[in-house]
Amino acid sequence: MGNLEKNMAMSADARADFALIAQWVAPNAKVLDLGCGDGSLLSQLRKTHNIRGYGVEKDDANWLKAMNNGVDVIQMDLESGLSGFEAQSFDVVILSQTLQAVLNTEAIVHEMLRVGREVIVTFPNFGYWRHRIQIMTGNMPVSDNLPYQWYDTPNVHLCTINDFDDFCRKSNIKVQQRLVLTDKKEVHVMTNIRGNLAMYRLRSGQS
Amino acid sequence: MSLPSSVGIVAAKTAHFTEPLSLKSGDVLSQYHLVYETYGKLNADKSNAVMICHALSGNHHVAGKYDEADKNPGWWDNLIGPGKPLDTNKFFVIGLNNLGGCHGSSGPLSTNPATDKPWGASFPVVTVEDWVNSQARLADSLGIKQLAAIVGGSLGGMQALQWTIAYPERVRNALVIASAPNLTAQNIAFNEVARQAIITDPEFHGGDYYNHGVLPRRGLRIARMLGHITYLSDDAMGAKFGRKLRDGHVKYGFDVDFEMESYLRYQGDKFAGEFDANTYLRMTRALDYFDPAFDYQGDLSAALAKVKSDFLVVSFTSDWRFSPGRSREIVKALLDNELSVSYAEVTAAHGHDAFLMPDEHYHNIMRQYLAKIEV
Repeated sequence: MGNLEKNMAMSADARADFALIAQWVAPNAKVLDLGCGDGSLLSQLRKTHNIRGYGVEKDDANWLKAMNNGVDVIQMDLESGLSGFEAQSFDVVILSQTLQAVLNTEAIVHEMLRVGREVIVTFPNFGYWRHRIQIMTGNMPVSDNLPYQWYDTPNVHLCTINDFDDFCRKSNIKVQQRLVLTDKKEVHVMTNIRGNLAMYRLRSGQS
Repeated sequence: MSLPSSVGIVAAKTAHFTEPLSLKSGDVLSQYHLVYETYGKLNADKSNAVMICHALSGNHHVAGKYDEADKNPGWWDNLIGPGKPLDTNKFFVIGLNNLGGCHGSSGPLSTNPATDKPWGASFPVVTVEDWVNSQARLADSLGIKQLAAIVGGSLGGMQALQWTIAYPERVRNALVIASAPNLTAQNIAFNEVARQAIITDPEFHGGDYYNHGVLPRRGLRIARMLGHITYLSDDAMGAKFGRKLRDGHVKYGFDVDFEMESYLRYQGDKFAGEFDANTYLRMTRALDYFDPAFDYQGDLSAALAKVKSDFLVVSFTSDWRFSPGRSREIVKALLDNELSVSYAEVTAAHGHDAFLMPDEHYHNIMRQYLAKIEV
């Protein structure tokens, strides 16, 4: 995952999706936050929603910060799967702005759906109009949500909102709710062009 | 905050117990004693006690020195002291020598009160469970109802885990370092080779060597050499010794050519001069036998169902004797029971021995976890 941790160290502003994620978490829920960074989402959810939870984090420095934030944190690499977690043992599994930096993307989404009754995924929308313009003018997109140059980006699996919708359909994943944002404001029309951040609330399609 | 320092000059104490201790083997120790050391001050409500469980060759001398000239501080001195990760300004730390040990507690070297002679080979085979029961009695004798934390590495980590199983109400935190929920077949195999080296030494005399005025040094030496190989990683050995020749050239014989050989012989000789073979046999057996999941058809999660403590589990990437995967088994069982657990996998080159090294990140983990504990 290379410098995934840079994603985790994004400014508080860039993690404005926390408040929106929180709307989708029930009080007292049992939560697993994959790539939990410094643990601020979990520690916030504990205050606001009285959740129980664990973070998963690979990076040493973030691991220490998460523990300092009072979060129970398990050091492991998401790429090796979630075999340390029982099926359906969490109410919610969260992957916040990390999906695009994962190598085994498909496998990890299925692992999350195995472990959690519900999954929340957020990712930057590659189809955002500013990204499209940069490609049309001949450059890889660099923006607030994609703050890397092509040569130092941890992002290996960027996708558009359309792409992710297709993936869910194909993989029999039920999209319970979808929220598309630009600069923290919700976007309702032409979402794949106007939105720069996508948030999905997913469930396994079988059942 | 003042700079980290030593706990200073320390002295061992002895606690005598006259209430019989029933052992897992069915034997009973009618009376016994434990040597221990303490560092820091027990607070008024006795809520700041931390007990340190030692590994195979450890003892009660965990930190500090016996006098100013003492060049060998306690075995975990880098971790324990004022301002150190396990801060004795905050905690009252207890180190003890386990039953069956050879550093002053009741064991093969001590006198059997029934015969007035050294126990020798007749000292019972003790288990991790027995040790923890005796440790709980030591806590009783100090007036401590509940430990703020139990801490141990390797075999010591097994004791820490056992504390949380046997005495869920008596321990708030468990720090289980470089440990495992039981030994693998490969690990038991290493222990068996070590034991065979000792038992087949002609001077072992069935463990009755005290009466013959000899010591099974050769066996103990080989056992220790084997142990040392397994406690280090291939990379660490390569970095430290490589193929370095002691005299710059090979000598076409079987004395020491390579630095590696010199190191192993030195470690083996040193150990054989200060450790007791009967204790070595018992310590390795305690390792082999520990398996809390055994009574639960191998289901560790079920074995930990009554546990209440919070946990810190730490493993080291190059530790192949107690590999990270074994620590993850413990973590999984704790997660299954929805217990509070943090798990760190420390990138370290030193193999199993890494848990005794003053690695900065490792010590930060310990420091931060211990700092969170309220006393």
